[in-house]
Formats: sequence, structure tokens, C-alpha cells
Amino acid sequence: MSTRVARVSDRPGQDAIAGKGWFAAHKWLLLRRVSQLGILALFMVSPWFAVWISQGKASPASGLTDPLLTNTGNLFSSLGAPETIPPSSTDLFWIIKGNLSSSLVLDFVPLTDPYLFLQMLAAGFWPATTAVIGALILVIFYSLVGGRVFCSWVCPVNMVTDAASWTRRRLGIKSSHAPHANTRYWFLAGTFVVAALTGTLAMEWVNPVSITHRGLFFGMGAGLWFIVALFLYDSFVATRGWCGHLCPMGAFYSLLNKTALLRVAAPRRDACNDCMDCFAICPEPQVIRPALKKAGQDSPVILDSRCTTCGRCIDICSKQVFRLTHRFDQRSSS
Amino acid sequence: MNAAKPAAHPRSPEKPPVSPGRRKFLSGMAGAAGGGCLMAMGVGIYSRQASALPALALRPPGALPEPEFLAACTRCGLCVRDCPPGILKLAAPGNPVPTGTPYFTARTGPCEMCQDIPCVKNCPTGALDTELDDINKSRMGVAVLVDQETCLAFLGLRCEICYNACPVIGKAITLEKRHNPRSDRHAMLLPTVHSEHCTGCGLCEKSCILEETAIRILPPALAQGKIGEHYLKGWEERGKHGKSLIGEQLEFEVRGLEGKRFGDTRVHDEAPTHTDPAVNLADPPPFDPALINGSHSESTP
Ligand code: SF4
Ligand code: SF4
Ligand code: SF4
Ligand code: SF4
Ligand code: SF4
Repeated sequence: MSTRVARVSDRPGQDAIAGKGWFAAHKWLLLRRVSQLGILALFMVSPWFAVWISQGKASPASGLTDPLLTNTGNLFSSLGAPETIPPSSTDLFWIIKGNLSSSLVLDFVPLTDPYLFLQMLAAGFWPATTAVIGALILVIFYSLVGGRVFCSWVCPVNMVTDAASWTRRRLGIKSSHAPHANTRYWFLAGTFVVAALTGTLAMEWVNPVSITHRGLFFGMGAGLWFIVALFLYDSFVATRGWCGHLCPMGAFYSLLNKTALLRVAAPRRDACNDCMDCFAICPEPQVIRPALKKAGQDSPVILDSRCTTCGRCIDICSKQVFRLTHRFDQRSSS
Repeated sequence: MNAAKPAAHPRSPEKPPVSPGRRKFLSGMAGAAGGGCLMAMGVGIYSRQASALPALALRPPGALPEPEFLAACTRCGLCVRDCPPGILKLAAPGNPVPTGTPYFTARTGPCEMCQDIPCVKNCPTGALDTELDDINKSRMGVAVLVDQETCLAFLGLRCEICYNACPVIGKAITLEKRHNPRSDRHAMLLPTVHSEHCTGCGLCEKSCILEETAIRILPPALAQGKIGEHYLKGWEERGKHGKSLIGEQLEFEVRGLEGKRFGDTRVHDEAPTHTDPAVNLADPPPFDPALINGSHSESTP
């Protein structure tokens, strides 16, 4: 155990960068950032886009102003009541409206976070059909693609905790007081119990994921301190403390991950030179071993439902051991 | 059990197979369970502490009663996005309004009572009643003229700004004509709220010209009394049944007032028969301290 820890690099990826160049060694990371920021951008630019589209229809006298500034206080402003009244919202066409809790895509497709939906049921409220459809769409999508795809490709907190991991590696912080990695499943169960006992969506008072995402578009307030606290906790207290051990949302989406068709596999596992870079970079390092080292399974596919399908192991490996594939791909060099 | 063995195996192949790995597994599970439950408890307690809606924060039209609303609203902000005048906000952490829920503040941004009620249309869960088809039926709160000491109308001045601002003008707020005892020659037109018509939109509160508003939208639970279920109004019952339900009343004589007309509680026979001081000025009665209380009834014409 101790020798293995000592061999894990503080700067994983040097071999990969030397071998395949910086961009190839960061391909999946860059794609994920494009996805995460792109989704944020869609929520962000939609109001401007909406105005731009509808400006043709709206009369010039309608006194259009930047709706992000007038319609809401957002991260960058907290203007009070608007001076001018934007045209009726029915004239506006939005790409995506709302936030990660519930949204409306293209003014037509409703989406509702299934974790929130189940909390609602636990709290004793049966929501309207729109929310039922919205939750179903996301359950189907994430069970097919992979639940924790939410974590690495959508969740805004991922960028914060990734930054904390990077800081931790750069500063060479070794000590970690992480709680047991199953704490999150108990916490997840606990949030449903608490929802039932209080009759409210109790977790929403503190859920850093929704606080962060909502904050970016509807006003951050003290939510900023949630983000700072998460960053400090992950950087200085516990390795991957939040996403890897505590987050009930990540725990929920890992339950949806059990049927994921999209999976990372280690088909060239016999080329592995035990550099341990993949273990150093992986947000859930324990998921790699069974596929890479045939520990308890023959399949080269990473089947553990906690794998976030982030693709960083593919990036970081100088021996091209990993690839993104489907669940039933049994091709393997060994 | 099966999960424990592969984890324990590579670390301690030569150690006795059962106890250390198993103990570590069990204590790990206990730690996870304890930690997870503790965090959930913390969440529960905090959310209870922070779930009271401040009196001046109003929910959008059609909102479910507050306890249900806190179970139903996903805090998605679709209502906020769809409100044309942009008065709705989602509460950020640190705001006394429950985190993430939509609200507005009447004094700074009242509901304009849009006829098509766009805010409720896209609510995915029914936290806002998407069936609400008449904005006049919404009950976001109820207006209360909270301060008669500063309201200009009660000072006898012509203001009526709130009355004119009300979208349900003439029903939710009426002007009640009263005699002005200060000048004694003018009328006061007092804004009077009728809860059966008031939507709680807050346009009156917004428009009140005082530095601090004299009329406020309050949650009905704070603003309104409630007559006990068992309480019957005698005059209504008599109308309904054609007679008093409690039969003939015994009339008791009030000692010291024998021989007076019913309701005449004046002790002295020589007391003036009318109470208008303007008339009395011409022919003031002899001073009698007992008279002062008895005749000081100009405000009850
Ligand atoms: S574990 Fe939680 S915070 Fe981390 S990426 Fe997943 S949902 Fe976001
Ligand atoms: S009725 Fe109109 S002004 Fe009032 S909250 Fe709804 S959208 Fe906003
Ligand atoms: S649209 Fe409905 S669920 Fe969304 S914030 Fe408004 S009230 Fe809540
Ligand atoms: S009395 Fe005030 S709150 Fe009530 S409907 Fe009129 S303006 Fe709105
Ligand atoms: S606007 Fe204010 S001061 Fe004027 S009548 Fe109404 S409550 Fe009184």
C-alpha cells in the first residue's frame, strides 16, 4: 500500500505529454470543459439569444434591455426592479430556460432532475405531469449513456473539485482525511428520509450543485462560500472529498450508472507499464483496478458504477491502454 | 461480504483471513453510515431552521400553500424567467427566503397582474397552479392599512394613491367616507381593503407615497382573524330563521337608571339631549365633571 502511494506521481501525465503531445494528452479533458462550459453558456446566452431572435418581431419602442440584467440579479449584477419592461415572454424563444433542477429546452422539452423528483415524492408531493415527463427523459438518458456522465460532463461543481485536485497535486499535499467512500450512499438515503420527515426538499437548502448552477444565473449570494468551502475541503482536507465521498447527487447518478452503455475500457492492458498515472488522475481510482489488473473480473471494461466516464485515464496513459467504448466490448490484448 | 474479500486479499495474504480485513470493512461501513446519517440530520435541521418565509416576501400567483410549496418547487426559476416585468427573484443562499425559491417584494417590485399569467404556465411541478386562469383569483397576500397614524387619508388629506393604483379598483380597495372631526367640516376618504377581492399584488404598497408605506401586503395568516367555527351571528341567524334562535330576552333593569329609555345610560336627567359641541357652545350647560365622559361621544355619530 505505502509503496504504491509513493509511486503515484504529483504530476501525472508527463509521459503522455511527451509521447503524444499536450493536446492529445488533454483531449477528453478539453472536450469535457467544452461540454460543461457549453451547457453553462446555453443557459447564459439564451436570454440574449431570445431577445435577438424576437427583436425582429418586437417593436423598437418596446424598450428592450439586457434581460439577464433586468429579469434577474445574476452573478455580475443585482439590479432591482427593471426600468423598462421587456416584451411578453411568449414572444421570446429560448434555447434552454431554467436551471439544472428543471428546465425547458427549445420551449418544448421539459427536463427535471430525477434526484429532485424522488425527493419530491419522499416529501409527499406528487408533481404535475410536466415534471414526471421531465424526470423520465433524464432517467432514460442517463441510464443509457451513464449516470455519472452528469458528474463529469454537466455538473458545474466538477470544475471546482477538479481544480482542487489539481491544487492538491501541485502543492504535493499527501495527507487526506476523507470519510468512507460509501458515506455518500448513506447521505443519499438520509436526504430522502429528511425530505419525508420535514415534508420539504430539504437538501435543496444546501445542495452545492444546484446552488452553484442556480447562482450563476439567478444570483449567487452567499452561495459563493459553499463553493469556496468545497474547494478548500477538497484541496486541503480530503482527496476528492466531496465528489468521491459525500455528494448525494453523485451517489444517485452512480446508481443510474449501473446500466450505462458508454464505458471506458482497458483493451491494451498488457501494455501497462505500472506508471500509476491513471490512478493519480482518476477521480474514483478504485474503479480502474478490476479492469486493468483483472482483479475479480475478466472483462477489460470498467464496470464499476462510480466511474464518471471522464476519460482522463485515456488522456493520461502514454501506452494507449484505455479507450472509450460500449459496455459489451470484450476486446482485450490479454 | 464479497466486496470485502478482494479488497483485503492483496494487502494481507499472510495474515489470518477473517478478523482484520473484516473488522476494517465493518468499521468503515459503520463510519459511512454514521457520517452519512449525521450529514442528513444536519441538512434536516438546517432546512427546518431556514424554511420560514419572511412576512414581506410574497410568492408568485397561484402558489400552493407554503408547506406544500416547499415540497413542490424545484427552484428552477422558470417562473422568474417568464415574468415580463421581472419582479420575481430566486432567493440566493443568505437571503432569509428559503434558498432558491421564487418570491417578490411588493414595495420594490409588485406583481403587475398580467392577464395571461405567464409565470404559472411553465411551472413543471404544479408548485404554481398552472390551471389558474383568472389573475383576479390569485391570493398572493392581503393588503392591510397598517398605519392609520401616518396614512394621509386618515390625517384628512386627499391622497387615495393606493386606491387608484389598485388593479381591482373599487372592489379590493374602496374609499369610505367619514366625517373629519379635526376640521369638523370636511370628509375623510379612507382607503379600506376588502380581502375577498384583494389579490395581494402589492401595487398599492408600491405606490404609497409615504417614506415608509402605510399600506402593506401581509400573508393572510398574519393579517386576518378567524371567527371560531361555533360562532353564529345573531342578526344573520334571525334573518335566516325569521326569529331569534335564543327566544325572548329577559330585560334586566340597570340600577340607578330606572325609568330611562333602553340604551340611555346617562345618569343625569339634565344632561344635554344632543352631543354636538358646536351647538352646545351657544348655551353651555353648567360644568359637571361627570358629564365629560358621558358626552364625549362625537366620534360615534
Ligand atoms: S459528485 Fe456531485 S458535485 Fe461532484 S460532479 Fe457529481 S454531482 Fe457534481
Ligand atoms: S402575474 Fe405577471 S407580474 Fe405577476 S408574477 Fe406573474 S408574470 Fe410576474
Ligand atoms: S416555475 Fe415552479 S418549480 Fe420553478 S421556481 Fe417557479 S414555482 Fe418553483
Ligand atoms: S389592494 Fe393592493 S394588493 Fe390588493 S389587489 Fe389591490 S393593489 Fe393589489
Ligand atoms: S397611498 Fe399611502 S398615504 Fe395615501 S392613502 Fe394610501 S396608504 Fe394612505
